[in-house]
Amino acid sequence: MSTAYKTVSDIAGPLLMVEGVEGVTYDELCEIELTDGSKRLGKVLEAREGLAVVQLFESAQGATTEGTKVRFLGRSFELGVSEDMLGRVFSGSGAPIDNGPEVIPEKKLDINGAPINPASRDFPEDFIQTGISTIDVLNTLVRGQKLPIFSGAGLPHAQIAAQIARQARVLTEKEVSEGKGAEEGGENDEKFAVVFAAMGVTYEEAQFFKNEFEKTGALSRAVLFLNTADNPVAERIATPRLALTAAEYLAYELDYHVTVIITDMTNYCEALREISAARKEVPGRRGYPGYLYTDLATLYERAGRIKGKKGSITQIPILTMPEDDVTHPIPDLTGYITEGQIRLDRGLHQKAIFPPVIPMGSLSRLKGKAQGEGVTREDHSGMDAQLTAAYARGTEIRELAVILGESSLSDIDKAYLKFADRFEKEFIRQGEHENRSIYQSLDIGWDLLTELPRSELKRVKGDHIDKYMKVKTATTA
Amino acid sequence: MSKDAIITKVAGPLVVAKGMSNAKMFEVVKVSKEKLIGEVIELHGEEASIQVYEETSGIGPGEPVELTGLTLSVELAPGLLTSIYDGIQRPLELIEKEAGSPFMTRGIEVPGISRSAKWDFTATAKVGDQVSGGDILGTVPETTLIEHKVMVPPNMSGVITEIKSGNFVIEDTVAVIKTADGEEKIAMLQKWPIRIPRPTKGKLMPNQPLVTGMRVLDTLFPVAQGGAGAIPGPFGAGKTVTQQSLAKYCNAQVIVYIGCGERGNEMTEVLTEFPHLKDPSSGEPLMKRTIMIANTSNMPVAAREASVYTGITIAEYYRDMGYDVALMADSTSRWAEAMREMSGRLEEMPGEEGYPAYLGSRTAGFYERAGIVECLGNDSRKGSLSVIGAVSPPGGDFSEPVTQNTLRVTKVFWALDAKLAYKRHFPAINWLQSYTLYADNLEGWFAKEIAEDFPENRRLTQKILQDESKLEEIVRLVGMDALSPKEQLTMETARMIREDFLFQNGFDPVDAYSSLNKQYRLLKSILTFMDVAESKVVEEDFDFKKLQSLPVKEDIAQSSFCAEEDVDATFDKIDEAIRSQISAL
Repeated sequence: MSTAYKTVSDIAGPLLMVEGVEGVTYDELCEIELTDGSKRLGKVLEAREGLAVVQLFESAQGATTEGTKVRFLGRSFELGVSEDMLGRVFSGSGAPIDNGPEVIPEKKLDINGAPINPASRDFPEDFIQTGISTIDVLNTLVRGQKLPIFSGAGLPHAQIAAQIARQARVLTEKEVSEGKGAEEGGENDEKFAVVFAAMGVTYEEAQFFKNEFEKTGALSRAVLFLNTADNPVAERIATPRLALTAAEYLAYELDYHVTVIITDMTNYCEALREISAARKEVPGRRGYPGYLYTDLATLYERAGRIKGKKGSITQIPILTMPEDDVTHPIPDLTGYITEGQIRLDRGLHQKAIFPPVIPMGSLSRLKGKAQGEGVTREDHSGMDAQLTAAYARGTEIRELAVILGESSLSDIDKAYLKFADRFEKEFIRQGEHENRSIYQSLDIGWDLLTELPRSELKRVKGDHIDKYMKVKTATTA
Repeated sequence: MSKDAIITKVAGPLVVAKGMSNAKMFEVVKVSKEKLIGEVIELHGEEASIQVYEETSGIGPGEPVELTGLTLSVELAPGLLTSIYDGIQRPLELIEKEAGSPFMTRGIEVPGISRSAKWDFTATAKVGDQVSGGDILGTVPETTLIEHKVMVPPNMSGVITEIKSGNFVIEDTVAVIKTADGEEKIAMLQKWPIRIPRPTKGKLMPNQPLVTGMRVLDTLFPVAQGGAGAIPGPFGAGKTVTQQSLAKYCNAQVIVYIGCGERGNEMTEVLTEFPHLKDPSSGEPLMKRTIMIANTSNMPVAAREASVYTGITIAEYYRDMGYDVALMADSTSRWAEAMREMSGRLEEMPGEEGYPAYLGSRTAGFYERAGIVECLGNDSRKGSLSVIGAVSPPGGDFSEPVTQNTLRVTKVFWALDAKLAYKRHFPAINWLQSYTLYADNLEGWFAKEIAEDFPENRRLTQKILQDESKLEEIVRLVGMDALSPKEQLTMETARMIREDFLFQNGFDPVDAYSSLNKQYRLLKSILTFMDVAESKVVEEDFDFKKLQSLPVKEDIAQSSFCAEEDVDATFDKIDEAIRSQISAL
């Protein structure tokens, strides 16, 4: 095991070929010692008789075919975990970078994790109130869900993710029965933690999150793994796995409810493409490897709840869509794995509407069980469908009005147009520190629906209109 | 067993071993000291490429490979129903027990069907009977919904020398058959290789619909019992919801549901929901007619490739008993991607978009296993296997290879449309793009069983929807007022068809399932509305708004929520109201 091989034959990108090896296994961790004595980590991508293909987690700069020593460590990449990780900042490969002491591990865990047996999963159905109307009412987030933010370059995804991390909470039974989700308080005895992984983001963006956590005092219950843009590309393969391993330990062994924020998945996929290209693999769409779906699934599927365990992992990965193109392989494959997506829209952003969450194209697949009586309020799912359908119609009419002129619209069309405008200004738009309870959000919805004639309200129930709508609409009959 | 079979290369799910000169193609092997299950997929001299159904990290060259002599097979016996398997027929609950952890660990060997459960076998054949493959030897009440039939294995014939009723485990001998090659002991447990279709006497032409309770499917784009259909659509358009709805409500007797490379939480939803859902016809839990195969996206990729074959072989087995079986595969794109991944690792020459050149033939081979057949056996019973495959085209682009190869072999195309889903129109099936090639085969059945004018109404509805899309373009350019009254009426009727008929609330207990009679009556009422109004709207100075705001329109909109037993009364009333209210205008 401690044999050091000096038989590196090829170096290409982050890959090394080591010849004459014996007893090397697939996925094994290895340590590479350069001629100047510095050490780097790598893993075995392919194990053959007498040959190993090793992928470095750092750049291969300075490596030589002669003199470089490779030691195979007989285990896969492991992370030492402990409750003391809370409040600490680590590099993208798991070393502390906050000048604090080394963490003394309670346990060492393989960072690749293992798939959760579908029969052992518990179905996620606890409503999480994020305080953001477009998420709470239209794309309800559930504990144990993986709900990515589909963003674009220059859109405020970081602020939204930070706002979710800051405000997210589960309502108590008392709050639900009283129909009030108090902004603060309602403390219950549950433990919360945030795990944050940054891959290839700028120093400023990483710092933004760190400051956010510090300001709100959340840092003491957060674990940060930072790989910034100037850190090695290949390290990005390990960063999210480290974060999820820490999250799994906190959730399933220490009963924490963990929110995992991963940014930016696009950089992760690009790192994967770089390694695949260096291995000369047959590429799939746009040069990304054919196994991108499987690889992403091994990250995203590490969210959820397990029967008999108190904790949970809720994932909020962020990705920037190249050219805002949702059909690009990264958002596309992500959307096929995750349980919905929060989509940000450049048009709304340019109208200075924050958060620019567009209902069309956003989705939460798990919202069914998290909406309605006993969880939020009986009118929730009807309101969701009605607002989305009406806003979709309103934006269609807005396009029509551009061609025909507003004066040629029918009265109903005009009503939809007005509704769409108010919907953007009053429902979608809110402050970065505004924490709306679900009940406030629903009531805003009812107020907006007064713009439409009652005969158009096909998705909400009649008795809910009578009960919750403050001003009766004039019926057109 | 070859002693010297040794691993020479490991790269992800692909393992290469030498000393494999005794290996057969598609033979199951045990890889390494951990005894991971793998399958031989390529042979070069004494070197074999093996796809491994479990995670291979920590495995290296020099470790042994053990041949088993068997091809990858499924176990067939009472006890299949209500089971939940991974891609290679290991019960997930047993894996959990064996692993002692909620996480999947490796090298777990568990039987596909319980060896200790006892079943009541009632012999229906008797000693001295001349039997051949497919003949029924006896029956077992497997669940309250399905009677399991124990059949003579295909390719065997002879005379029964011994047969007994009683309480047995599946490995006990229940009958002995004297064949040309000697006596064969028959147990309830039989095996069949997953990649070989089970034999039948021959296929028949489908002539009955698979009723799903979804109006857009049954009325506009019906699939036949024994037919094959595809549901392609971008993410978020409702593939999984549609598939689950089919599994819940379609009128097949046995359901095989394959979650192939899909979301863990969604499988959990099915697993927790089905035991509580009641079968609409019998009131028994749906699980009693269901077999589930769950191979989520983070489980090993090779097992994903096998999962569709595991599923369809089990489905064929129940078809051979004479049942109508429906199989849902969600999603076949993940299966195709698994093939692509293995093909890439084998360094095969890629075809389109990196998929292997044999994608088309494998897809066709899979869907051709659907059909309505005359089963083997002397009682000329018929069974059917309908296959509905979801396809997840990248970027929702239907021109990609998996969708195109699927459309070449399926006769029904239910195109899911992201735009409709954004508007919360569900099921988000595009009525202009979708098609069915069974319409002609099934017309006779609909006309005979439901109503004479059912096929005619269907054609008329499609025409109205076609016309609407043309008129919409005109409206977009010059506004609604430019249309003639008749055209306005077409637009209004189309809107009613879309909002009141095609839109269906899958979460509402009543609306989720519409009987064919209700579908017929509802559509008929809308068409009656158009028919009656047609003569009225051409009258001079006719105020179209008055027609739009008739109270009966509200009744039509609400009618899809009426209980099944009130259908005829409700719609008689509505039809009456249409006539009186319109003539009063």
